[in-house]
Amino acid sequence: MAIRFREALRTKDFIVTAEAGPVKGANTQKMLEHIELLKGRVDALNVTDNQSSVMRYPSLGTCLLIKEHGGEPILQITCRDRNRLAIQADLLFAYSRGVDNVLCLTGDSIDVGDHREAKPVFDLDSVQLIYLVHTLNSGKDMAGSELDGGVDFCIGASATPSADPIGPQLVKFQKKLDAGVDFIQTQAIYDLEELKGFMEHARKMDKRVKILAGIVLLVGAKMAAFMNENVPGIFVPQHFIDELAQAPKGTGLSKGIEIAGRLIREIREKKICDGVHIMAIGREEKVPEILEAAGL
Amino acid sequence: MIIAQRKPLEEIKNMLSGYKNILVAGCRTCVTICWAGGEKEVGILSSQLKLASSGERNGLSILEATVERQCEKEMVIDELGDKVPEVEAILSMGCGAGVQTVADIFEGKPVFPALNTTFVGMPEKEGAWVEMCGACGDCFLDRSGGICPVVRCAKGLLNGPCGGTRRGGKCEIDPEKECAWVLIYRRLEKQGRLDLMRKYYEPKNYRAVKRPGRVKAATA
Repeated sequence: MAIRFREALRTKDFIVTAEAGPVKGANTQKMLEHIELLKGRVDALNVTDNQSSVMRYPSLGTCLLIKEHGGEPILQITCRDRNRLAIQADLLFAYSRGVDNVLCLTGDSIDVGDHREAKPVFDLDSVQLIYLVHTLNSGKDMAGSELDGGVDFCIGASATPSADPIGPQLVKFQKKLDAGVDFIQTQAIYDLEELKGFMEHARKMDKRVKILAGIVLLVGAKMAAFMNENVPGIFVPQHFIDELAQAPKGTGLSKGIEIAGRLIREIREKKICDGVHIMAIGREEKVPEILEAAGL
Repeated sequence: MIIAQRKPLEEIKNMLSGYKNILVAGCRTCVTICWAGGEKEVGILSSQLKLASSGERNGLSILEATVERQCEKEMVIDELGDKVPEVEAILSMGCGAGVQTVADIFEGKPVFPALNTTFVGMPEKEGAWVEMCGACGDCFLDRSGGICPVVRCAKGLLNGPCGGTRRGGKCEIDPEKECAWVLIYRRLEKQGRLDLMRKYYEPKNYRAVKRPGRVKAATA
């Protein structure tokens, strides 16, 4: 049994989480392989919630699989697909089955996904969602009714250190901290100077919250350029795209692993923040290699 | 005002299939201003429909009329009352409210919409209009520098931008559109009122207007 994530947040010097992206379909074999491979290597596995608005196996279902296989899941909940009733119900279900870490997200727009004609929900935003989880933690629902059987979630949120302009993002970030979160997982970071700048702001706002820098694995120059165009909140600097482009044919992925390892090593050695969140997007089996490249 | 766009000709033709005598009814208010369903557009659509049917054995016979405000019963009756008995069906070039007003008055006749009503907005430049108001029934503009996040933010967020904002403060879903929260931030900053954005706003009351909406004037 892995140590609980909230315990890791309290006791570990450098926290490592990884993303587990659910499959499209009901065949859970590949996810189970990833869970087995990663559960002992990271402090928790984040499960995305219809990531990029592409319909997949549910975050909650995958979290249950992780739990059943002895791992520590973080349930990602977005505001895109569920209203306040559905979100609260899912949270009660999650908690009753031992899933008690939740990452509160707005969610990507429907327009970037594969069901573009769907009705976007966004009944709540991410800050309101954090407050909602606190309300449940206090033993009540959003309507003020008592819960029979309370919950106790460890609450996380996201931040975008590379946003341009950063001002509006920092206002929102401050609101998330004010609402009360135990951990922050940032969107993809490639520029460590930018991350340092963000951390200076963040430490002034809240010294206690644990901040994990988001590391997205690059698998090639084309993919990096594609992400810049198409994946919300990701900005890969040109020098990394050039480095990937110059790698010998067929070695783009190894170069990407090396870059990710290098970033993590520097973040850890220079104590820039409290840990990292590795997003290998479809290459979860490469996470151990990234950890090795980082010296972890 | 209400912004609308005309449906594709093919879709309109399909709706009218089987009818030979129709009335095309425009409106002189919002849809005239947004170039969708005024007197001019009634003329254009009527000509297109006649031309399209000219090869058929019995071509389409069309009456044209334009009501001052198609969402007002008396005006509709005044302008269309004597024409409707002469036709089999009515093609309304009003907004959704106009179409339904006409349909309610002339219950015995099928009424078809020639427009898609899109939003409450204003002119952006010549021939282009932008959405400004979601008619949510609980106006937030006092807290957001006069810029509506309910409709101008793609996700209708109330507590600041999402993490998907593109470089330069553009919207996640469209690099041509400004992020509403970046606009709000800049305006409040300019006015020295950024504290308004730092406040937490509770989840929106989506029952501020109980749908279907019905309001009464305070003096009525």
